[in-house]
Amino acid sequence: MPPSLYLDHAATTPLLPAARDALVDGLARWANPSSPHAAGRAARAALEDARARMKAALGWRGEVVFTSGASEGLALAIGRSKAPLAAVSVVEHEAVLRLAGDAARLPVDGHGLVDPAACALPGLVAVQQVNNETGVIQPLAEIAAAVRGAGGVLLVDAAQGAGKLPLPEADLIVLSAHKFGGPIGTGALLVRDWALLHPAGGQERGYRPGTENLPGALAMVAALEAGAGWMERAAALRQRLESALVAAGGEIVAASAPRLATIGSVRMPGRSATAQLIRFDGMGIAVSAGSACSSGSLRASHVLTAMGVPHAGEVIRVSLGRETTEVDVDRFVAAWTEVARA
Amino acid sequence: MIYLDYQATTPLAPEALDAMLPWLAGPDAPGYANPHSPHRAGRAAAAAVEVARAHVAALLPPGGRVIFTSGATEALNIALAGSGARALAVSAIEHAAVLDTARALDPDLCVLPVSADGRVAPDVAIPYGTGLVAVMQVNNEIGTIQPITQLAARARAMGALFVCDAVQGAGKLVAPDGADMVAISAHKLHGPKGIGALWVRDGVALKPLIHGGGQEGGLRSGTLSPALCAGFGAAAALCKSRWTSDGEHVERLWTKARALFPDWMLNGSADERWHGNLSLRRPGLDVGRLLSECRNIAFSAGSACASGSGRPSHVLRALGLSDRDSKSTIRIGFGRYTREEELEQAAAVLNAAAQAQGV
Repeated sequence: MPPSLYLDHAATTPLLPAARDALVDGLARWANPSSPHAAGRAARAALEDARARMKAALGWRGEVVFTSGASEGLALAIGRSKAPLAAVSVVEHEAVLRLAGDAARLPVDGHGLVDPAACALPGLVAVQQVNNETGVIQPLAEIAAAVRGAGGVLLVDAAQGAGKLPLPEADLIVLSAHKFGGPIGTGALLVRDWALLHPAGGQERGYRPGTENLPGALAMVAALEAGAGWMERAAALRQRLESALVAAGGEIVAASAPRLATIGSVRMPGRSATAQLIRFDGMGIAVSAGSACSSGSLRASHVLTAMGVPHAGEVIRVSLGRETTEVDVDRFVAAWTEVARA
Repeated sequence: MIYLDYQATTPLAPEALDAMLPWLAGPDAPGYANPHSPHRAGRAAAAAVEVARAHVAALLPPGGRVIFTSGATEALNIALAGSGARALAVSAIEHAAVLDTARALDPDLCVLPVSADGRVAPDVAIPYGTGLVAVMQVNNEIGTIQPITQLAARARAMGALFVCDAVQGAGKLVAPDGADMVAISAHKLHGPKGIGALWVRDGVALKPLIHGGGQEGGLRSGTLSPALCAGFGAAAALCKSRWTSDGEHVERLWTKARALFPDWMLNGSADERWHGNLSLRRPGLDVGRLLSECRNIAFSAGSACASGSGRPSHVLRALGLSDRDSKSTIRIGFGRYTREEELEQAAAVLNAAAQAQGV
């Protein structure tokens, strides 16, 4: 077997050493944070400290609800929002789309961008920060202004952008720790004002029942505090990657749109994504077609279809991480070229 | 600190921690992939998840599937809300995860009473037309074991689903027999916090509450943590391998503890009970004062979740205790890692502090 090359960091990315240390430390503090005895109060204090550090790391002045991940955060936000769901973008993750019911669908243009003017709706409007398949960044400052101008509430799925980009302007923001070097099984819902939600009872100030996952929260915060200082390097790496792939006959999706530096979507003309994935997997290279969740199914991507990308079935996603090097990129380019020529 | 609060949470087993660490190794080692990715790294993570699932399934009845969740609260929410049942009947001593969820679904729900010793009668009246019955296996505050086999059979006979919160019994008692859904939590059986499971009998149709990538057969979306699953699986396997010795250890502790607290009254049945739970009351006792005077002992007044609230326990009230009596109750919980000397030391401190209150 060739050595493995992991270029699927948008699916999940390795736990950062600092996050691992925090997690292992947290596992040793196993008392229930709701217990009134000394051990429980110590766990509670650590949890609240994690919450305060999380706000500081994000620059968030509102509330923080710890969750089991982004899917739960989104279900909580949509399910408990006092404002009824009015609209969602068509390129949202399935976690939003499947809860969207009859809410309006906001279309995207060929670059994958939502028109802010279309977001001027009263009610809850859900627009993601960064698309998980293409890396396209939505104009959330303009969208937030439009939503608020109409008296609406903006929910942002920031699973892909959090920890890499500044926090977007929004009323409700959902994070997933394992996308930025924290552990799987932990996330957060940021709430500008408790008044936006109906309480659910139980822990987390009555907004999320269930024993708190203290080790997860501590590790998530440690990962956030590691910062996004590597984004410039990632941008240079992706430039190197995409230039080489284009030179070898590839086509980059949404090449001219504002995109997160770590995600690239590339079409290999004449080769199905499925065939590419099988070849790359045999070469020890982990990439994906669309999102991890749907790649088992290998359905046509709803994101690429909505953007009107032709030959969407020939597009794969390459996503870079903190440890990705030029050597890695060059190895992938060589492999891609080999598959394309075969 | 002497930890005697095993119903609130249990120490993570060293074996469970060891099983988790390979999946937390960071960028220099394999083991961080998304178990839902189809590539090689993802498949390896998925394989670890399935090994863990088999270990957890071994604590649960045959003939169903195990859905991993973020904990028992979520599992119970899926069971109750996902069932689509409209008319619910739940015992008066259920955990808030069942009681609050059931009330939200059916404001007119039927609350099944318990006897003074904390048990639902096997022939309790269940209203005609009930769509779902929920009774826990072991109560979290007083440890009483409920007649699940009989109650589940009666629910089935009337065409109702039966949900069992087995959080306190899982890994210690034989899995509840006859339930359609069973919820358990890893951190109550020496696994990590942040993971639990819902067992669903084959053929029972549920609707998901969390949508997204369609993981767990579409019933519970969200990326699964191989580390949490592996820790849960190892903890479950350990419960199996230590079944007899853990059980005997708790019986020894129980016998000892009963002798160590002669001036206290036991809440709930002594026999139909998980013997790792000692719920005691002493008329006139100021539990708040006791908690603050015995800071080196981790014990509880009622359940951890309700402890901060200062509300009288709904469980003790259901036994027929006055608010005054229920507020003079402490819960001492012990298990696998509790030593007899710890019980002795704790009893000396608690008894002295209670006597100093003049009660």
